[in-house]
Amino acid sequence: MPRTDTVRSNNIDIRVQRGGSGGPLLFLPDAHIGAAWLLFHDKLAQRFEVILPEHPGYGGGDAPFWLERVPDLANFYLDLMAQLDLKRVHLVGAALGGWIAAELATRNAARLASLTLIDPWGLRVDGVGGIDPFASVDERTLRDLFFDARAADASVARVLAPEGEDALLKGKMVTAKLAWQPRLHDPQLAKWLHRIDVPTLIVWGKEDRLLPPPYGAAWQKAIPNARLVTLVGAGHVPHVEEPADTAGVIVDFIAQQRVAT
Amino acid sequence: MKIFNFHLMPYAHADMAEIDRNGAAWVTYSNSHYDPVKGAQLFNDYLDELEKADELGFDGVCVNEHHQTAYGMMPVPGVLAGALSRKIKKSKLAILGRALPLVNNPLTIAEEYAILDNITRGRVIAGFVRGIGAEYHSMGVNPAESNQRFVEAHDLIVQSWTKPGPFAFEGKYYNLRYVNPWPLPYQKPHPPIWTPSSGSISTIRWSAAHRYTYCQTLAPIANVARVFDAFREEADKCGYQASPDQLAWSNAIYIAETDEKARREARPYLETYGKFFKMNPVMMSPPGYSSIESVKRQRTMRGQRPQTPDDLIDLGTVIVGSPNTVREKLAASQDLAGFGYSLTKTQFGTMPHEMAVVNQAAVAEEVLPYFKDRVPQPAKRAAAE
Repeated sequence: MPRTDTVRSNNIDIRVQRGGSGGPLLFLPDAHIGAAWLLFHDKLAQRFEVILPEHPGYGGGDAPFWLERVPDLANFYLDLMAQLDLKRVHLVGAALGGWIAAELATRNAARLASLTLIDPWGLRVDGVGGIDPFASVDERTLRDLFFDARAADASVARVLAPEGEDALLKGKMVTAKLAWQPRLHDPQLAKWLHRIDVPTLIVWGKEDRLLPPPYGAAWQKAIPNARLVTLVGAGHVPHVEEPADTAGVIVDFIAQQRVAT
Repeated sequence: MKIFNFHLMPYAHADMAEIDRNGAAWVTYSNSHYDPVKGAQLFNDYLDELEKADELGFDGVCVNEHHQTAYGMMPVPGVLAGALSRKIKKSKLAILGRALPLVNNPLTIAEEYAILDNITRGRVIAGFVRGIGAEYHSMGVNPAESNQRFVEAHDLIVQSWTKPGPFAFEGKYYNLRYVNPWPLPYQKPHPPIWTPSSGSISTIRWSAAHRYTYCQTLAPIANVARVFDAFREEADKCGYQASPDQLAWSNAIYIAETDEKARREARPYLETYGKFFKMNPVMMSPPGYSSIESVKRQRTMRGQRPQTPDDLIDLGTVIVGSPNTVREKLAASQDLAGFGYSLTKTQFGTMPHEMAVVNQAAVAEEVLPYFKDRVPQPAKRAAAE
């Protein structure tokens, strides 16, 4: 079981879960499932010290005044890594977390050993439409993240539990701030992704209906030498739907980088 | 009481079965269902009705703003107001839009209102709204910025009308090196500002603090009274007593010879009026548009059964009946809620032009003369309750 700390940075307290041992792996969660410690994290914790922060504004408390755009969170996590004195970090981000991780890596990758983006938001592929995550009721939105709607049961039960109402409502407000317009992307990001100079893995759910697989190809093309792995039987959140496979792909990728260097 | 004639300009040829299937008349109801030949006729009929309202002695005419919906065909209300501005000779011209946060340069609204105010020689009423939640989907504006954009846009417009230009406006959302709009409004310091809302406490508080006129959208009269009470309380907190002229109630009136006949005739159009409201509840309430507290309040109100035409009549959301009944109910509503303006639709839903014209004439003849100088009589409030 992970331990939970409260860490204060940039005038906000956030919850940080840590578990496992090994090199540091910082996981930036998505906007819908959030910072739950999942089987996926247990798998990774067998090889790494997994560090799982809850994004500011998503835990039920009020969002800090400075939180308006994804680059704000990129800078926040750059500060957090420095504050926690993390080095040779394997940075992994899913969906919104992937967008933050990519933005962070274009700014300063000095503390990163590798970057893994799981169905990240942040890019726009013209002509490739997906489901609008702002158009449906909460349960439907959650189930739309999955290839197999039944695989969403546990997430639906946890996220929509009555005691989580504040976190849900406030989190949705922050997600709207960050990703409403332009929808789920930043037109300024694509032109700087070439600066990312750490080994990069793109993981894509073959059945992602929010951001279909052409998005994965676009990310691979945008980041030098990035590797793309497409997971069959997974939707927008492969780390939740196929935790063992997703963790396995990441562990293998990082191991190969060690051999190569 | 001042009685204005308010038009929504619905696309009356909308396919109601298709709206049912789609689950909404807003945002996602395809515009492939719009027939411009029919639409052209409707625009001309509706403008005829509002021009007639001026001749019939209504104190004002109202247009409003909604986007991507069959509910109303006035996404750019200034165009309709412009068409009316040279025709209406006596009545006020109230634009119960514009949705300030939806534009990227609110000075265009300052300019538009100023032109209309010049053409009408000072008969414009400047409505400022946020737009309903669905509009943040159709216009691609971030709902989480809605409140701040509204306040900032308002400040910019009012300053542009009252502070000699050029000056710089340095806001967060609106940043302009040169603010110096030509023309300026005819009315000084500026046209009356009205703030229509569905009852948001933050809008009520803000409107009362600025001593503006608050307009309540369609709601049962008991709710309207509570909302207006809240406005009066907020005014008290600001150290002044709200006047009835700061409160406007949006309603619909239908008159026939008898109550029974009026109900029978109005029912189908109240039914379609309701259908035009149909929208995806998620789109109605995008994240950040309302405070967490009001979202929670709305959640507890879910599951209320949809209102039938008879509900609308019985709850006093609309007034339908014989001339005598309509007069009694309107007077009782005024005494209960204490408003000085009635913004009255005489066409609603899919009601055809010919029928709307007859109803409008009946309201002009049977209602307007009786309410000319009528003020709320709070002593009668208990009876009305």
